[in-house]
Amino acid sequence: MFKSIVLVKQVPDTANITGKVMKDDGTVNRSMLPAIFNYEDKVALEFALQIKDTYGGKVIAITMGPARAADILRECLFMGADEVYAISDRKFAGADTLATSYVLSEAIKKIGDYDFIFAGRQAIDGDTAQVGPQTAEKLEIPQITYAEEILGIKDGKIKIKKKIDGGYEIVQCKMPVLITVLKGAAEPRPFQAKRIMAYKGAKTLTELEKLTEGNSLLYVDTMKHEYEERNLFIETYSADDLKVDESRCGIKGSPTKVHKVESVVLSGGSKELIEPTRDGMGILIDKLLEDRIF
Amino acid sequence: MHKNEVWVFVEQRNGKPADVSFELLSKGRKLADSMKGVLKAIVIGHDVKGIATETFKYGANEAILVDHPDLKLFRTMPYTRIMNDLIKQHNPRIILFGATVYGRDLAPRVASNTKSGLTADCTDLKISDVKYLGKDYPQLLLQIRPAFGGNIVATIITPDVHVQMATVREGVMEMHPCEKPFPVKITEVAYKPIDIDGILEVIEQHVEESKVNLKGAPIIVAGGYGLGSKENFKLLHDLAHVIGGEVAGSRAAVDAGFIGSERQVGQTGVTVRPKLYIAVGISGAIQHRAGMQEAKKIIAINTDPDAPIFGVSHYGIVGDAAQVIPLLIETYKHKLK
Ligand SMILES: Cc1cc2nc3c(=O)[nH]c(=O)nc-3n(C[C@H](O)[C@H](O)[C@H](O)COP(=O)(O)OP(=O)(O)OC[C@H]3O[C@@H](n4cnc5c(N)ncnc54)[C@H](O)[C@@H]3O)c2cc1C
Ligand SMILES: Cc1cc2nc3c(=O)[nH]c(=O)nc-3n(C[C@H](O)[C@H](O)[C@H](O)COP(=O)(O)OP(=O)(O)OC[C@H]3O[C@@H](n4cnc5c(N)ncnc54)[C@H](O)[C@@H]3O)c2cc1C
Repeated sequence: MFKSIVLVKQVPDTANITGKVMKDDGTVNRSMLPAIFNYEDKVALEFALQIKDTYGGKVIAITMGPARAADILRECLFMGADEVYAISDRKFAGADTLATSYVLSEAIKKIGDYDFIFAGRQAIDGDTAQVGPQTAEKLEIPQITYAEEILGIKDGKIKIKKKIDGGYEIVQCKMPVLITVLKGAAEPRPFQAKRIMAYKGAKTLTELEKLTEGNSLLYVDTMKHEYEERNLFIETYSADDLKVDESRCGIKGSPTKVHKVESVVLSGGSKELIEPTRDGMGILIDKLLEDRIF
Repeated sequence: MHKNEVWVFVEQRNGKPADVSFELLSKGRKLADSMKGVLKAIVIGHDVKGIATETFKYGANEAILVDHPDLKLFRTMPYTRIMNDLIKQHNPRIILFGATVYGRDLAPRVASNTKSGLTADCTDLKISDVKYLGKDYPQLLLQIRPAFGGNIVATIITPDVHVQMATVREGVMEMHPCEKPFPVKITEVAYKPIDIDGILEVIEQHVEESKVNLKGAPIIVAGGYGLGSKENFKLLHDLAHVIGGEVAGSRAAVDAGFIGSERQVGQTGVTVRPKLYIAVGISGAIQHRAGMQEAKKIIAINTDPDAPIFGVSHYGIVGDAAQVIPLLIETYKHKLK
C-alpha cells in the first residue's frame, strides 16, 4: 500500500500559438491560448496509478493555479485519482519556480504522509524543469529526475531506470522520494467512461459560488454540503489554509523577474537568391569556393 | 567584503569533464571581466584534480576542488549539500550550470535551498546596469531565454537576491582557451559523508559515447519534414557524402522517423556552428533556428519562398529538394572532381 501525490499543471498549448495570441507589446495573452493538461504530468499520474494497481494504496493529485485549473483536476479523477486538491489564491499569482515549489511543498505537508511524489519533468510553458527538484529540496527528501521506468518496489526502496546524458542509470532510493518522469515513460490511460459519469460534476468552492450566483451564502453552504456527501467537492487550499509565509508566495516571493519580453518574428528573405537550375548551382558553388567553404 | 565572484559548476562524467562546463567557463570569464570580478570553477568528483587544473585553460582564477571516492558518480544529495555549503560560505554573485540532466537535477535544488533565482536554458548572458520599477541596479546579470515553446524571448533578472543562477545548454556558448591563463590555484575542500548522502544508490550506469559528432562537423546537411520520405532523405546522405558533411534533421524529421534523434538540431537537440549548414525542406521554426543560426554560411532549399528559414540564410534556393539536390551533387562533382 503506497500513497502517491502527483503534481499536475494546466498549461497554455504552446504548440498551437498563433499570431493573435501575442499582444501588441509583445507579451503573451494567456487567455487566448487553449489550456491543456501538461502531458508529462499525465504520465506522472499514470506512474502513480500503476503503483496503486500493483501494490494498492491511494493517489492524490494537486495543482496550483487559477480557478480554471480545476478542469485538469476533474481529468485526474477521470483517469483514476482518488482525491484532488486545488491550490489557489490571488496571492500565489505570478510565482516563479521558487515560489511555486514553496507553496506546493506547504500543500504537500498539509496533505500529510506520502511514499511518493510524482511530477512531470517539465511544463511546456515555463519549460524550466525546476519545480520538481525545488519541491523535493524544501521537503528535504531525495529525488529521481528523468525517470523512464519503474523496475520495482521492495523493502521500502524503489528501483528506477532514469535517463542521463548519453545513456541511462539504474538507481535505487529509499522512500519517501520525489520522482520526475519523462514523456515516453508510460502511456497515460484514457479517461474511464464510468469515472467521467461519476465525476464530471465535481466542483470547487469557487465553481459552486458561480453556480449559485445571486443566491444567499447559506445556499452555497448547503450546496457544498451536498457535494461533499456525493464525493464531488474539490477542496481548495488558500494561503490562509496553508498558513504560508506570504512574502515567499507569488510575485513577492519570486526572485526572478521578467524584465523584457520580445515576440519572435520569423520573416523570410535570404541575403541572396539562387536559381534552382544547373547554372544556379554552378554560381552557388563558386560563391562557396570564394567563401572558402570547400 | 566579497568580490564579484562568478562560479561555474564543472560537471564531470566518469572523470571526464563535460564540454558545456568549459563553454561556461569561457563565458564566465567575460562576465567576470565586465564586473571586475573573479571566475571560480567548482569541481566535485573523485580523482578530478586534472579537471580542476584544466579549468585554468578556460579562464578560471581559482578552482575549488571537492575530491572523495564517494563523489565519483553524481548523486543529488551530497552534490547539493556541498554546493549549498560553499555558497553560504562564499556568497558568489553568479553561478552557471550546464543544462544537462545532472545540471538540471542539481541547480534547482541548490537554488531552492539558498533561495536564489534560477533561470533555465539561457541562450545569452550579459552584465548590465538595470533600472527596474524605478530603482537602479548596477551590474545585474541579464538572463536571456526562449519561453512559451520558443514563441517569445524573455530577459530575466534577479534584482533583489544576491546569488543569480542560470543554466545553459551545451553548444550555446563558445569554448575558447585563454591566451594567458592565470596561475593554477586549487583550493581543496574536505567532504564528510553523512547518512542521507547514501539514500540513493546508483546500481548501474550505461553511457554510450555518441558516435555522431555533429558539433565537430564542418559541414552539415540537414533535412526536414518537407522531404516527405526516408527515401528522399537518402538524397541528403548522398550530398553529405560527396561534399564531406554530416547529415542532421529537424525535430519533425526525427518524429517522422526520417532520421535518428541523436541527429536532431535545435533547442531540444544539438546546437551546431559549422562552416556550412544546408537546410533542406526545413521551415525554420525558432526552435530549429536556435540550434543552427550561428553557422558561418547557411543555404536554405525550400519550395515556399516565404519560409522563415530564408530569414537566416545567406543563400536561398526556392525549389523542390528532389530536383535541386541531384543538380547540386552533379554540379559539385563536375566542378570539383
Ligand atoms: C517567459 C517566462 C519565463 C520564465 N522563466 C523562468 C525561469 O527561468 N526561472 C523561474 O524560476 N521561473 C520562470 N518562469 C516562471 C515559471 O514558468 C513558473 O514559475 C511556473 O509556475 C513553474 O515553472 P515551469 O512552468 O517551468 O514548471 P516546471 O518546473 O517545468 O514543471 C515541472 C513539473 O512541476 C510540476 N508543477 C509545476 N508547476 C506546477 C503547479 N503550478 N502546480 C502543480 N504542479 C506544478 C508539474 O508536475 C510539472 O511537470 C518563467 C515564466 C515565463 C512566463
Ligand atoms: C518546446 C519545443 C522544442 C522544440 N525543439 C525543436 C528542436 O530542437 N529542433 C527542431 O527542429 N524543432 C524543434 N521543435 C519543433 C519546431 O517547432 C518545428 O515544429 C519543427 O522544427 C518543424 O520541422 P520542419 O521544418 O522539418 O517541418 P515543417 O515545419 O513541416 O516544414 C517543412 C518545410 O518543408 C518545405 N517543403 C515541403 N516540400 C518540400 C520539397 N519538396 N522541397 C523543399 N522543401 C519542401 C515546406 O515549405 C516547409 O517549409 C520544438 C518545438 C517545441 C514546442
